[in-house]
Amino acid sequence: MSDTPVQTSATVLTVRQVQDYHAMTLVAPAIAERFRPGQFVALAVGGEHTSRLVRRCFGVHEVKSDYGGTVELVFADTEPGTAWLAGRRSRDQIDLVGPLGRPFRLPRDPVSCLLVGGGPGGAAVFALADTLLRRGCQVHFVLGGASAKQVFGSRMAQRIGDSATVATEDGSMGERGTVRDVLPRVIEETGTDVVYGCGPTGLLRSVTQVASDFGLPSQVSVEEFLQRTGACGIGVCMTCMLPLHGDDGVTRMVRACADGPVLRGDRVRWGDLGTIPFDALGAPRVLNLSEGGAQ
Amino acid sequence: MSDRVRTTLGGLELSNAVMTASGCGGTGRELAQFFDLTRLGAFVTTSVMPQARAGRPTPRVTETPSGLLTAMGLPGPGIETFLEHDLPWLIEQDVRTIVSVAGNSVQEYGDLARRLRNVPGVAAIEVNIACPNAEDRGRMFAWHPSAAASVVRAVRDHARPGVPVFAKLAPDVTDIVTIALACVDAGADGLTLINTMEAMAIDTDTLRPALTGVSGGLSGPAVRPLAVRCVYQVHAALPRTPIIGVGGIATGLDALEFVLAGASAVAVGTALFHDPGAVPRVQRELDEALAARRIDRLADAVGLAHKPAGYVPPQVRPQEPEKERT
Repeated sequence: MSDTPVQTSATVLTVRQVQDYHAMTLVAPAIAERFRPGQFVALAVGGEHTSRLVRRCFGVHEVKSDYGGTVELVFADTEPGTAWLAGRRSRDQIDLVGPLGRPFRLPRDPVSCLLVGGGPGGAAVFALADTLLRRGCQVHFVLGGASAKQVFGSRMAQRIGDSATVATEDGSMGERGTVRDVLPRVIEETGTDVVYGCGPTGLLRSVTQVASDFGLPSQVSVEEFLQRTGACGIGVCMTCMLPLHGDDGVTRMVRACADGPVLRGDRVRWGDLGTIPFDALGAPRVLNLSEGGAQ
Repeated sequence: MSDRVRTTLGGLELSNAVMTASGCGGTGRELAQFFDLTRLGAFVTTSVMPQARAGRPTPRVTETPSGLLTAMGLPGPGIETFLEHDLPWLIEQDVRTIVSVAGNSVQEYGDLARRLRNVPGVAAIEVNIACPNAEDRGRMFAWHPSAAASVVRAVRDHARPGVPVFAKLAPDVTDIVTIALACVDAGADGLTLINTMEAMAIDTDTLRPALTGVSGGLSGPAVRPLAVRCVYQVHAALPRTPIIGVGGIATGLDALEFVLAGASAVAVGTALFHDPGAVPRVQRELDEALAARRIDRLADAVGLAHKPAGYVPPQVRPQEPEKERT
C-alpha cells in the first residue's frame, strides 16, 4: 500500500439516481486500496476528445472490495460536466486520479464522534463512519438539507449510527430547521468528543462555530469549495486557495485540494473565504513610502 | 527514451524536447507523484517574484471551450523561499530546471537575475514579460518592444554568462515579430511562444465577470492555432533563434505541429491540469510521430513547414551507418 495517488481508467459499474443526486460506482482497485476517509478523486469529463479541461473533484462515499476494489461517489448534476457523468452507463470508462488530499485524522481512543453531513458532499461522512466504528468509536450522525430529497443517506445513518438526527429547512424529513439549530442539543445528548463535517461551506462554518462553543475539535472537508474553485485536484493549478491560520499565527493562502480537503475547522477563516485577507502572507500591500514605494 | 527527441536550445542540451510550462507544474513535488521528473526535458518553474504574493482571490479559473481562463495574480512564495525550499528540491531530484522570473519594474527583473547568478543548477532563465509595469501605469512589458527589451537586457546583464535567457512573449500584440526582434537584440538567447491571451467570460447566473480579476489569460487547446501562428512567424523572421513552443499542447502531434512551425522544444501547460501524466505521454507520442514520419532527429523537423513540399533535410551523421529506408 502506498500513499501516492494513481491515474487510472476506471470502469463504471453502476450509475443510479438517489433522491436529487447521482451515485456512481467505479471499479478502481488501485484507488480503493489506497483510500483513506476524507480523500477525494478527480474525474476527467467528456471522454477522450473532451473540450472540458477542468477535473471534477468528489469525495468518496464508500469503498468496497467487490471486483478487486470499487469506489462510490455521490454528486449533483449542476453543470454540463456532471450531466455527462450522470449520463454514463455500466462498462463506460472514466479517467480517474486518486486518492487525493489529506484524510480525516482519526482519534486514538474509542471516543464519541459526531459526523455532520449536508448536500451530496455529505456522503463522504459514511466512509469515515465505517473506519470509526471499526475502531470502536461511537458514531452519531447529523444530516441536513433544504428538503428530504437533498438529505443523502438518512436510512444508512440510522442503520449504522449510534444515533441519527435529520434537519430539513422545509420540515419534509426529521426536524424543521438547519443543522446549526440541532447541533448544540445533539452534542449535549451524545457527549460528543470530536466533530467531523462534510458539505457546503456554510454548513462547515456553523459546525466549526458550534464545536468551538463547546470547546470541541472539529475537522471539516472543504470539498464543496474545492469543486467550485479548483481545476486540477492535484495541487498544481493554485486556484482553490483559501485563507488558513497557521500554528505560528500567520494566515497563509492554502490549496483546498493538496493542503486539504480536510482542515481543522478552527483554522479556516470562514468569513474571508473568496478573499485575500489583508494580513495574509503575500497579500497586496498599499503603497508604503517608507519602504521606498516598491510594489 | 530514444535519442530522436533530444534537442538543443541555444547552448542548452536537453535529453528530451518536452518540458512543463511555467505556472502549470506546481513546485514539481505534485507531479513527481505521477512520473519521474528526470524524464522532463526541463521543469519550468512558476514565475518567481521578489516577494511572496498571495495572488488574486477566488474564483481564479473558469472553464471555456477547450480552454481555461485564469487570473491568478502571479501567486508565489517569493525568491527567498523559492531559493530555500523549492529550487534545492528540484536540483536534489536531478531535474533540469528553467527558472521563470517576473517583476513589476525593470529593476526587479535585474535583481532577480542577480539573485540567481550564483545559484548552481539553474539551466536557464525564462523572463515572463507578461507582467504589469508599475512604472508605466501597469501596462504589460510584453506589449511594447522597448519595454520588453529593457526587461530582457536587465536580466541578461545580471544573469550568469552562459546561462541562456529566454523571453516569454504574449500573443495579443499588434506584431509579435517586432517584439521578438527587440528581445533578441536586447540579448535574449531564445524565445518562449506564447503566454496566455487576455480574454474574458461572464457568469450568466451571477450576471458578473466569471473571474475576480475580470479578465484573465486564455490557455489550452483553444489557443493552439494562435500559438502555432506566432511560432511560425517568429521562426520565419529569426530562423536561428531557438524557440520553446507553448500553447494548448495535449498530444504528440500537437507538439510536432509546433516543431514543424519552428520550435526546438515544447512545453505542456494546461494539459497538466487535465492529465497529470501528460508530459510522458506527449514525449512518447512525439517520439512515435517522428519515427512514423522517418524523421531521425527532432532537429531535422524544426521549421520544416517553412520548406517547400518534398524538401529532405540534409542528413549529416558520418559515424552512424545509413538507416534502412523502405
